[in-house]
Amino acid sequence: MNMLASYLTLAAVLFCIGLYGVIVKRNAIIVLLSIELMLNAVNLNLVAFSKYGVQPSLTGQLFSLFTMTVAAAEAAVGVAILVAIYRARASVNVDEFDELRR
Amino acid sequence: MSFNIEFTGEFVAFFSLAVCAIVGAVMALNFTKVVHMALSLAFTFIALAGLFVVLEAEFVAFVQVLLYVGAITILMIFGIMMTKHQGEGQEPSRPLLETLGAIGCLALLGILIFAIRDANFPADSAPLPLDTTREIGKLLFTQMAVPFELVSVLLTVAFIGAVALAKREEDPQ
Repeated sequence: MNMLASYLTLAAVLFCIGLYGVIVKRNAIIVLLSIELMLNAVNLNLVAFSKYGVQPSLTGQLFSLFTMTVAAAEAAVGVAILVAIYRARASVNVDEFDELRR
Repeated sequence: MSFNIEFTGEFVAFFSLAVCAIVGAVMALNFTKVVHMALSLAFTFIALAGLFVVLEAEFVAFVQVLLYVGAITILMIFGIMMTKHQGEGQEPSRPLLETLGAIGCLALLGILIFAIRDANFPADSAPLPLDTTREIGKLLFTQMAVPFELVSVLLTVAFIGAVALAKREEDPQ
């Protein structure tokens, strides 16, 4: 079995688990963590292609490093927004964050 | 594409780490307490770092442990501690949404696996340089210097923004 296909399948499974968490869970922190899981699945794809791709090079690893940096920024801003919303509404339930819709 | 499996060392390492990652992710969705979910996802991130080592990306694996396990999970746990989670585990179940979500995710997974099985991958490839960390450093400061600086600016802006957002606003009285 081709190793690249195995890595891509694992990344697809992790991505779908993360997507399910984003769709179904109501706790905002779990939603943020599920987004991190999806980003990590993409990183796994990038690193796998950097070793087994048509032209193996370090560009894939570099891209995964950039993705991790952006993910860190996203997590920091997400948790900050969450804390600010919690202060205003005393809730971490994403169903109740609907001020823009009203 | 044929699925005849040879039990090389890499395959065994991949398989055990992949099982760890998937079990961590699935358990994270099954736990009722938020802290347990965060720790279970940390387990998944560690397993993914192991997979990066198997893929000969030692530097990425190190950054993964440092950033995801060390920083993001701890940040989320701080977020959990700063917010109250009363009545967790007793949330009303929403069978319609859960079923639709599960069907959508399984459909996406099926499409992805079908596409992966259908694709043609190169059988064998040239090896990567041995000292990947040194090569990554060289690339970051020559070819990728501009993206590198842009990412550092983005990080600075994001963290200043996070501090400004989370700061307690003073009462105007």
